[in-house]
Amino acid sequence: MIFALSQTTINVTYLVAGVCFVVGIKRLSSPATARSGNVVAAVGMAIAVGFTFLDSDIDTYWLMLAGMAVGTAIGIASARLVKMTAMPQMVALFNGVGGGAAALIAAAEFHRLAPDSGHVASDAIGAMLFSALIGSISFAGSMIAFGKLQEVLPGRPLVFPGQQAANAALFAALLVLGILAGTTEAGVWLVLLLAGALLFGVLLVLPIGGADMPVVISLLNAFTGLAAASAGFVLDNTALIIGGTLVGASGTLLTILMGRAMNRSLANVLFGAFGAVAEGAPGAAAADADGKSYREVTAEDAAVMLAYADRVVIVPGYGLAVAQAQHSVRDLADLLERRGVDVKYAIHPVAGRMPGHMNVLLAEANVPYPQLYDMEDINPEFPRTDVALVIGANDVTNPAARSVPESPIYGMPILNVDEATNVIVLKRSMNPGFAGIDNELYYDPGTSMLFGDAKASVDRLVAAVKAA
Amino acid sequence: MSSTLLTSVTVLVLAAFLGFELISRVPTLLHTPLMSGTNAIHGIVLVGAMLIAGSADSTLEQVLAFVAVVFATINVVGGFLVTDRMLEMFKRKPSEGGDA
Repeated sequence: MIFALSQTTINVTYLVAGVCFVVGIKRLSSPATARSGNVVAAVGMAIAVGFTFLDSDIDTYWLMLAGMAVGTAIGIASARLVKMTAMPQMVALFNGVGGGAAALIAAAEFHRLAPDSGHVASDAIGAMLFSALIGSISFAGSMIAFGKLQEVLPGRPLVFPGQQAANAALFAALLVLGILAGTTEAGVWLVLLLAGALLFGVLLVLPIGGADMPVVISLLNAFTGLAAASAGFVLDNTALIIGGTLVGASGTLLTILMGRAMNRSLANVLFGAFGAVAEGAPGAAAADADGKSYREVTAEDAAVMLAYADRVVIVPGYGLAVAQAQHSVRDLADLLERRGVDVKYAIHPVAGRMPGHMNVLLAEANVPYPQLYDMEDINPEFPRTDVALVIGANDVTNPAARSVPESPIYGMPILNVDEATNVIVLKRSMNPGFAGIDNELYYDPGTSMLFGDAKASVDRLVAAVKAA
Repeated sequence: MSSTLLTSVTVLVLAAFLGFELISRVPTLLHTPLMSGTNAIHGIVLVGAMLIAGSADSTLEQVLAFVAVVFATINVVGGFLVTDRMLEMFKRKPSEGGDA
């Protein structure tokens, strides 16, 4: 090292980085300052990483430079190429690799220190094992969350009998492995601990339904923060402790806030209420097969309903997002407004795959802000709405959330579209939504179904409204 | 408890309280970007991965450290870029109206 800084100087730069993180998070929590907040946090990160290069403990640079080059290339490519709709799973992926990094740091430190038995300070070994455990759970759990959102894995809860008992047993085994690894300092226990923690992460997320994924990712985000903080104890590094703890704490609170927005408690999410209730009420999903009927309309009929309405509320959902129909919807809304129709958009707090996701997509399509209404503001409007146009939204419009206590989504706040005079639902087929629950709205006499890909259907509506 | 450890624990406890206080009033609209932004911040493990990589002496440690650096870098770079892309959407004014 030609130009090494003292540990004190480096710690001062870590403090500066920590302040940047605090200011960044603060600014990220207000719409006007959010973007600058992200930049401030990134500057803090650049300071911490930049000054770490000057740490006198570093002997070789080629390894980290190679790793950073590879990581930067992958990071830039995936962040740039990902579609806005796939954003949630990308966050899951980035979170998972962060957790994996914390676990790997712990494993490498264990390997470096363990051979000289007794050299591992007792508080460091505790932090090491915690970092390995939580980091691995976060890694594996995030990968499963990614798989579910990417639809590589089924979004429905995957459950098997005795699952919770198996998870509890596995967790107990992990604690035993942790104690063995900590007391004997033999690598084999650490390897088993890492493998068991990966399995636990998989089993933790598999039984959770796709609709709860945002809450799970937020929780795993907090986990990775804690894993990073404990890696900071292992390496006696303030930057890791500050950054990791800030994320651990704010991530935990964010998880609770998100759960509250969806009216789901954390325990409810984690211990598979969606899966359990669906199993407990086998009649619920099958009911549609016997006798309930729905009404299908043509695009032309639907267009006439829209064109001659006074008030239309558009309810966008994930189906709109996957079909990339936001621009076509904007065209349709413009066309209707030119005919004097009052058009509003109703945004459910969890429309899309994550809170705020739909706002991003509609902003991308240049939909004016004043037309976007939150659930609380739009719900009183539905009784005097002529047509509610539901585009690829399902669970957030399901009246069962208000009226059927046995339903897994009972109590979740919904958009009361069923109070509108007419409801037009654009949907690919009668298949149930992401949560796997049937929607009685579709069998309501005031509801018309228009089947097909959301973008194709909206384009047909645009053409038909022009002709009307 | 050594004084270094005590200092670290002090930092941890204060950072935890700060983390809770910071985001107590956040609109739903910003939940996803905020999650993504904090996600990038825990990429600070990169600093730890760098320190490990800089002093790794066995092949196994080098492999572990290399993968850790790659992972952590993806977390940092990808995390901040994706957050910026999300927030970019909010910045655009409705009147600009460029056709996309």
